[in-house]
This record gives sequence, C-alpha cells and structure tokens, in this order.
Amino acid sequence: MEIYLPIAQMPVDPLVVFAMGALVGLLSGLLGIGGGFLMTPLLIFIGIPPAVAVATQSNQLVAASVSGVLAHWRRRNVDFKLGLVMLMGGGVGSAIGVALFAKLKALGQIDLVISLTYVLFLGLVAALMMIDNFKVLVLRRNVAVRRKLHEHNALHRLPLRMRFPRSRLYISALLPLGIGFVGGLMVAIMGIGGGFILVPAMIYLLGMPIGLVAGTSLFQIIFTTGITTFLQAITTHAVDVVLAAVLIVGGVIGAQIGTRLGHLLKPEYSRLAHASIVLVVAVKLAWDLFTRPENLFSVVTLGN
Amino acid sequence: MKGWALALLILLAGSRSEAQTLSADLSSHVIGITTGFVGANLVLFGSTDKPGDIAIVVRGPSTDMTVRKKGKILGVWINRSSAVFHDAPSFYVVAASKPLSDIALPENLSRHAIGLDNVKLQPTEPLAEKDFAEFRTALIRSQETVDLYRGGVAPVTFLGEHLFRADMFFPANVPTGSYSVEVLLLSNGEVVSAQTTPLIVSRIGFSNGVFVVAHRHAALYGAGALIFAIAAGWAAGAIFRRV
Repeated sequence: MEIYLPIAQMPVDPLVVFAMGALVGLLSGLLGIGGGFLMTPLLIFIGIPPAVAVATQSNQLVAASVSGVLAHWRRRNVDFKLGLVMLMGGGVGSAIGVALFAKLKALGQIDLVISLTYVLFLGLVAALMMIDNFKVLVLRRNVAVRRKLHEHNALHRLPLRMRFPRSRLYISALLPLGIGFVGGLMVAIMGIGGGFILVPAMIYLLGMPIGLVAGTSLFQIIFTTGITTFLQAITTHAVDVVLAAVLIVGGVIGAQIGTRLGHLLKPEYSRLAHASIVLVVAVKLAWDLFTRPENLFSVVTLGN
Repeated sequence: MKGWALALLILLAGSRSEAQTLSADLSSHVIGITTGFVGANLVLFGSTDKPGDIAIVVRGPSTDMTVRKKGKILGVWINRSSAVFHDAPSFYVVAASKPLSDIALPENLSRHAIGLDNVKLQPTEPLAEKDFAEFRTALIRSQETVDLYRGGVAPVTFLGEHLFRADMFFPANVPTGSYSVEVLLLSNGEVVSAQTTPLIVSRIGFSNGVFVVAHRHAALYGAGALIFAIAAGWAAGAIFRRV
C-alpha cells in the first residue's frame, strides 16, 4: 500500500515511514537525543525532497519534544527561566535560519551547507563525547565528581549577568542566548532540534546540573522547532502534514519504548552509543563531500 | 463499457467522413491524484482512413529546470556550474506503430520533436555546444530515472486497417497541470495529419485540500500543523504514562 504525500508530491509506503519514525524514536528515547540528525538524511534517502524533509522534520520534532518535556516536567527537571532566555536567542536564530535556507536553496548550495554544518557539528560533538567517555570507561576517572558545584570559565563573566536559581547559576545571559541562537539556526537549516549540540554546550559551557539539561533543552526545542515549522509553512510551503503525521505516530511509540529500555542501559554506555552514532553519521557525510559523486549532475524543477 | 462502444462508433463514423483523415480520443481527459494514487493507465483510441504510421507524443506542462554540475573545490565536491532550461516538458513519452527510425528521417523527427533525442530543451543562456549536450543529457537521464521521460517507444497497435490503440501509463509522481497528447499520421516520412488532445492531471479530494490550504492559507496551515503536533505529543505522553 502507498499513500500520496500532497506537499512532497510523491507516493510513499506508510509502513516504511512509520518504521523509520519508530526506529529513530526508539534511539532518541534510549539515548536521550532528538534524533533529527538521523531522520533528515533518512527522509532524503527515501526520495523526499530535502526542503520538504527539513521542514516536515521540524514539525515532527515539536511532537517529540512536547512528549519528552512532559516526562521531565513531572520530575521537575526543567529550568524554565534559563529555557526562556535560550528561547529568545532561538527565535532570532530560526528566523535568520529560515531566510538563509531560502537564499541558499536559490543559489543551489543548500545541500553543501547542510552537509558541511553536519560534519562540523557532529564531528566536534562526537570528538568531545568520545574523549569524555574514554576518561570514564578506560581511565576509570569519574568526570562528574571532579567538579565542585560547577566550574566557572571566562565566558561566565561576560556582561549582563543573571541569576538562574533552579540551576544555581549566576552567569552572563549572553551565553544561553548565544547557545539558543545556534540551536535555532540549526533547526531551520538542518531540520534538527539541535539537542546533540545544545546538551553538551549546556553541560560544558554553562556548567548546568546534568539532571536539568535534557528537560531544559527539550523545553526550548519545542519553541524553536515550533517557530521554524510556522516560518517554513508560510515561506517555503514545504511542511507536509501527511508525512509528519506518520512520522509522529511512529516516533512517539518508539520513543516511549526507548525510554523504558533506556533505564536498563548504563549511562556511560548510552553516551558511548550516542557518540558512536554521531561519529558514524559525521564520517559518512564527510566521505560523501570528499569523494567523487557517482552522478555529478542534479536537476531541480522549479515551481509546479 | 457502454461509453466505450459509443466512442468507438463515433470514431468509426468520423473515419468515414472525407474531411478528417485522423481522429483520436483518450479514455479519460482527467487524471485525479487522490491520497491513494498509484499511477493511471489511459487508453488512446483512434482511426485513420489513410495508410501510414502513427506516432503519439505526450508532453507534460512546461517548467523551468535547473541542472547543476558538481566540481571539486579545495577537495570538496560542490555545485559549480549550472544551466537553466526554459519551458522544458515535465513529462515526455512517445508511442509509435513502428520504430521511429522506420517512420521518418531524423530531420523530420527532429522538426516535430518526436523521440527523446529530439525533445525541445532551450537553455535560458547560450551554452557552449559541449556543455549544452552534457547538461541536456543529464536532464534527460534524471527525468528517465523517475520515469517522467521514457527512452523507449511504447507500441501503437492497429486493429485492422483503420483503427489503432495505445496504452499509456502515468506514474504516481506525475506532475500536475495540463498535458498535450499529440497524435501524428505519417506517410512516407512526412506528417500528413495531426490532432492534439488535452489531458489534465490534478490533485483531487484530501490531497488537493491539503495542498491548497498549505499554499493559500499558509498561516492557518502552519498553525494547524503545530496544534496537531503539540496535541499528538501531549497525548502520547499522557497515554504511555498509564501503560
């Protein structure tokens, strides 16, 4: 059976899309990541036009992050004040990102920019996580214990210092604003929530308590993905609700199963698995950029 | 079936009148794309009162197509050069009663744009001959891989001396818009009679509704997509909490 996607203007097998949603949802529940960085390439792989994949993925992420935040909220693991400050940066980031996306698409370089940013960010994050894991698993050094409450770095002393009682932080508001901004840009350009870069940034740059990081990043991801979905809908008209609906159903079911399985997995192994997946995706994308493509040509049909 | 018999009768009657040497019609002039659309088969029936060969050219709505070519810069493969083809057919399929080379000389086929080698593809800016050929071939190959251009020639079969038919398949990814189905009667390599039949491909029902709302009421559509996603996320969290 196949269903016709009204915006992508092509038929897909809903079972395949459902399975993709469930698989990525499972991993995201299991490892505590958004999974957008896996979903966008998968959608493009099954033939969905990149613009539709990115725009629709942001819609799907709204549902995934709402369902995730609920679980964290019940455990009081969300720092709303910090989240709101990040959000301000995020709103600006996603507005600029959507405009940039349209511009780059017209220039024919959007695919390159997507690949390059993926390789850059994924590579960076994978490297950081791998180093950390190496310390924990091989050198048997506990990273968390080493810290006092949190470490201060030079960035914390930038102007506009603000108190964040929930996280017990007194740091420059520019820092969460900047992190939110980068997150917003990534949602718009790469169609991902950006959790994989926000989470390490919040841990390493802000020095937030680890327990609050996932809930707070998801909280602000709801809004950046929401703003992006809306902006994509009114500028590129590339949000496919039929595709999003199938992905959402698969995704939420997978995520709930993943969360339950996640308790069986030791955190250091789950971080290692996360880092490995990020690394594999980064290496694959880098490989595609640096080796001669099988087909040098690509064709874009304008309008319809 | 009754409609068919009637259509046939009309066609046969038409073929007897002296004025018209060729007449043809499609089994349907509209292809509706619904949510369950998996492609459509149409039958073209026609009759001719003169001996000759039949060639049918189906062209989809014209559109601008950009072909990009990757090149290496600093070790990275990126899109370097491009060509825009103005008013390229979005769909192009040929059916004929004989192999094209047996029907007419290449220059005649080219004049009437019959066959994949002769599709009219006009670049918006002048290109060097070698580049033109390269970009043109790339466009045709790309359209062929998604089954919107077809290299082969579908058969046109004669049922007796005057009546002919051709089966045409339109895949599920067929672009929407108005198509032209050109039926040509060739005798000794020259076109002696021609008839063009229109065909409309459009989204209908739910998938059309979604498309129209997404484009004409974009803000409403965006808001709807958001509300749906928030509700789905909330519901999932609430349901699984109890499980």
